[in-house]
Amino acid sequence: MRGDVLLTVEGLRVEVNGQTLLSVPYLELARGEVLALIGPNGAGKSTLLQVLACLRAPTSGTLHFDGQAVDRHVPPLALRRRLAVVFQEPLLFDTTVEENVASGLKLRGLAKTLIRERVALWLERLGISYLATRLARTLSGGEAQRTSLARAFVLDPDVLLLDEPFSALDPPTREALTETFHRLQRQTRVTALFVTHDRLEALRLGDRVAVMNQGEILQIGTPEEVFGQPVNETVASFVGIETILRGRVESQAEGFAEVRVGSGERVAAASSLPAGAEVTLCIRPEEVTLLAATEVSLPSSARNHFPARVTRILPWGIAFKVHLDCGFPLVAFVTRPSIEVLGLHEGAPVIATFKATAVHVIPD
Amino acid sequence: MDLICTGTKHAFWLLLSGNSEVWRITLLSLQISVSATLISLLLGIPLGTFLALNRFPGRRLVISLVNTGMSLPPVVVGLFVTIFLWRSGPLGFLHLLYTPTAMVLAQVVIAAPIVTGLTLAAIQQLNPKLRLQILALGASRMQLVGLLLREARLPLLAAVMAGFGGVISEIGASIMVGGNLLGHTRVLTTATVMETSKGNFDVAIALSVILLLLIFGVNAVLTYTQQRQRPL
Repeated sequence: MRGDVLLTVEGLRVEVNGQTLLSVPYLELARGEVLALIGPNGAGKSTLLQVLACLRAPTSGTLHFDGQAVDRHVPPLALRRRLAVVFQEPLLFDTTVEENVASGLKLRGLAKTLIRERVALWLERLGISYLATRLARTLSGGEAQRTSLARAFVLDPDVLLLDEPFSALDPPTREALTETFHRLQRQTRVTALFVTHDRLEALRLGDRVAVMNQGEILQIGTPEEVFGQPVNETVASFVGIETILRGRVESQAEGFAEVRVGSGERVAAASSLPAGAEVTLCIRPEEVTLLAATEVSLPSSARNHFPARVTRILPWGIAFKVHLDCGFPLVAFVTRPSIEVLGLHEGAPVIATFKATAVHVIPD
Repeated sequence: MDLICTGTKHAFWLLLSGNSEVWRITLLSLQISVSATLISLLLGIPLGTFLALNRFPGRRLVISLVNTGMSLPPVVVGLFVTIFLWRSGPLGFLHLLYTPTAMVLAQVVIAAPIVTGLTLAAIQQLNPKLRLQILALGASRMQLVGLLLREARLPLLAAVMAGFGGVISEIGASIMVGGNLLGHTRVLTTATVMETSKGNFDVAIALSVILLLLIFGVNAVLTYTQQRQRPL
């Protein structure tokens, strides 16, 4: 479905002093895809990346690259030369920008004229031609990371591995670099593994997203699958689902379940699970709409309407995160104009509505 | 006071008149200490790099020994090198005692630990992730070492200066294994001691000035090399 497989890992384990840092039974990377690997700090993302980059030998497991098995004890140099890695820190050499970009090509002993040509091309593509003769240590964070990206792309790698490359940058620079990377990846179709703890970055860049925690991949799939249908609570909370409720299916009719939650409230959810099933409900904050408590005409498409009271309002980027008490806790994203129109403040009454199809049901 | 003034005047006259004995002593000093420094670099840089990049049982003990070696008293080095080279000593058959070679040997024992210790520190102060990045760029083991040393070149030049400074100015070992023989093993430091003890302060001052100029000259060249690319 996703084209031919470039890299596969089987039965991978990394243990240090008897403690398991990484356990991945199976993982594959298809040629040309971007796999975004997300998870909290210490989830094992960087360890996995280093194993795939042949920078760290696993305790056990096999790695196949382009149909060829990789000896886990002596990763051959030839294989490492088909990969490129970009770390969070630019890790540039104390020399000029162009020398930095040329460094990998020089290690491969390429002809000088060819190196010059390719370096010039990639400096241009990353918009840093004007920095060519600058010393790396005089660069800003964004310029340095562009240089680091150019140093990786110039190698024309079969796989590009990126370990939180933009995490340390300020938001506008980060935004610009994410866009640049996205464009260059589409242009070159290079296979990439993009490690990040930022779910928005993953959503934007990943053809597939894998969520890791405590050394294991909890879920892997398209961004829609992972963000819309998380397999468990850990994934749900990591992909930004603010409302996670435990409940029990009370009744079932035509693909809709009535789930009893909190202090007896019933939430309608699109699910064919039978009555009596214990479930976890996930509701994304952007799926919840707030109406004035005096509103008489409730929208018919939303099956769930709950009178609620505002418990907290927190600024959240360009929007606000409104915590509600409907008998069960619920979180909604609301824009500033809506806050004003609805006259929201702590303790204010309001009506919260959301569609039954916006409720993701995880059977326990 | 008068002693210093006439001494200094005489010293400059000695320097400017091109006294052949003074120049011979100066050249020999330079020859011995530069050779010893170069040999120490050949030994110390690989050893320091090895200690920085590898983990093995007993590594800390070796590092402690190197660090102790960095402050070895030259007199003690002189004593042991003399014993080794003594006619009845383990290396007596080489007949090296009281030769410039013996002095180079003793100075290597002094400078090599300094170069090793400072190389180790120079590599260790690099970002540990730089190693991963260099390997990820497709470097072989040798290329990795080469690039790490290139990145550590500034503190490595400090190691060169410290090594050279340690041996050009030492006297204990030189006088013990060299013997301060005129025209053969007499160097600036040993000659200065001898002239001072004879009360020839003018000559002693002249020799000291040359020694200082020599140290300044060598360090100026190294400092220039080190700071050339550092406008900040």
